[in-house]
Amino acid sequence: MNAPTPPAPLTFAAYKSAYKPIWCPGCGDYSVLSSVTKALAKVQVPPHEVVVVSGIGCSSRIPAYTTCYGFHGVHGRALAAGTGLKVARPELTVLVAGGDGDGYSIGGNHFLHACRRNVDLTYLVMDNHVYGMTKGQASPTTEPDWDNKLSPGGTGIRSFHPLVIALASGANFVARAFAGDPNGTAEIIAQAIRHPGFSFVEILSPCVTFRPEQRNWKQLAHPAPVEPTDDPARAARRIMTDDGFNIGVLYAGSRPAYPTGAGRAKQTPADLEAEFLL
Amino acid sequence: MTPAPTKKKATPAKAAAARRSAPTAPRTLAEFMTLALAMETEAAERYAEFADAMEMHNNLEVAALFRKLAGIEGKHAAQIMAEMGWREAPAMPPGRATWEGFEAPETTPGDEVHYLMQPYHALKLAEYNEQRAAEFFEHFAEAGLPAEVRAAALEMAADEREHVRLIRDWLAKYPVPEPGWDEDPDPPAVAD
Repeated sequence: MNAPTPPAPLTFAAYKSAYKPIWCPGCGDYSVLSSVTKALAKVQVPPHEVVVVSGIGCSSRIPAYTTCYGFHGVHGRALAAGTGLKVARPELTVLVAGGDGDGYSIGGNHFLHACRRNVDLTYLVMDNHVYGMTKGQASPTTEPDWDNKLSPGGTGIRSFHPLVIALASGANFVARAFAGDPNGTAEIIAQAIRHPGFSFVEILSPCVTFRPEQRNWKQLAHPAPVEPTDDPARAARRIMTDDGFNIGVLYAGSRPAYPTGAGRAKQTPADLEAEFLL
Repeated sequence: MTPAPTKKKATPAKAAAARRSAPTAPRTLAEFMTLALAMETEAAERYAEFADAMEMHNNLEVAALFRKLAGIEGKHAAQIMAEMGWREAPAMPPGRATWEGFEAPETTPGDEVHYLMQPYHALKLAEYNEQRAAEFFEHFAEAGLPAEVRAAALEMAADEREHVRLIRDWLAKYPVPEPGWDEDPDPPAVAD
């Protein structure tokens, strides 16, 4: 009797939906979408076992462009929804995605506490240093001297540093990727998915419409010249002193992930009721 | 005004490339053809992505052109698969230093397009890509590699040079766009 033929491995095309993205031509988010689908093909988790949760903004459209389950949530609250989902359904692979405005401003507090809780999910931020969907306002990562019609002379406000904040808040995996390097980004996302705990990937994703000068990023980005470290102090020094264009895994820690599912104490409805008895 | 999407042989790219590793030379015919297949596949995928983007922005003439270019690159990939007798694309050699830059030499960077671009611009990008591909293969043909790899590299380089010639013929049918081709009377950007 012939042994059953093993199923063919899933390719990235299996994770791409039939919907065509409506981002501006030239936007870095196209490459990020391609990297997400390639990363999922690397880890070979079937689409029906993956959920992509997003907030609001150009990049937060991404769930619709995959064949995975998706949740296009409330502005800045993608991490809250993703955390709840992972705790309730720990067998699922949860990717949370969004932009710098959604994640660092409106959702800034959720970002800190998601890092601190260390639930086993992957957070991808497509950072273009601008609010693109609402036509080009300065975001938390915008340079203080970015001169434009909406903030003449620049905001004068120091830029948010997401990587070092993630590290200080307890994220278990911290990486920087670049949309102009889709294959490298796919590899980093795959590593982030495999790494236990809260994995944070900051992806430099140019906005060619409101920040056309970001086309220059492909001349500036370069692989990080060092291997990932599991020492937070060393990682912090590297992140604080690099040029902002080091691409790669910058920190991979070993802190145990927040226990979900079988790792949590089982509570019955009666147990919960007992907790609230006066 | 937004910069033109046509690629220039800019020196900053060389400086950035110098900070990355040199491409790994293939040692066998199979390794060489794996690289060639990856190049063609990546180019086809990027052209298809551009075609989708242009369709969504109602630039249908350029969308059709990118779709055609995607088809051509896809045929090259299929031809390599058939010649090598492969049923599945083999894995790329391990490590990141496959290409000089982040992407294969025949791939247009994702940020080189504009929603108002014209067929001329798309063909200039294709011409540049084919030239880079030819130079890439010529580099391997001159690199003291085994004879069968050199022969394959020379054949691929000749193919790419032929594509450059065909694209130049194609380009001659389109006028050079007037200055201001990317000016939009109702622009999305209010920040300028």
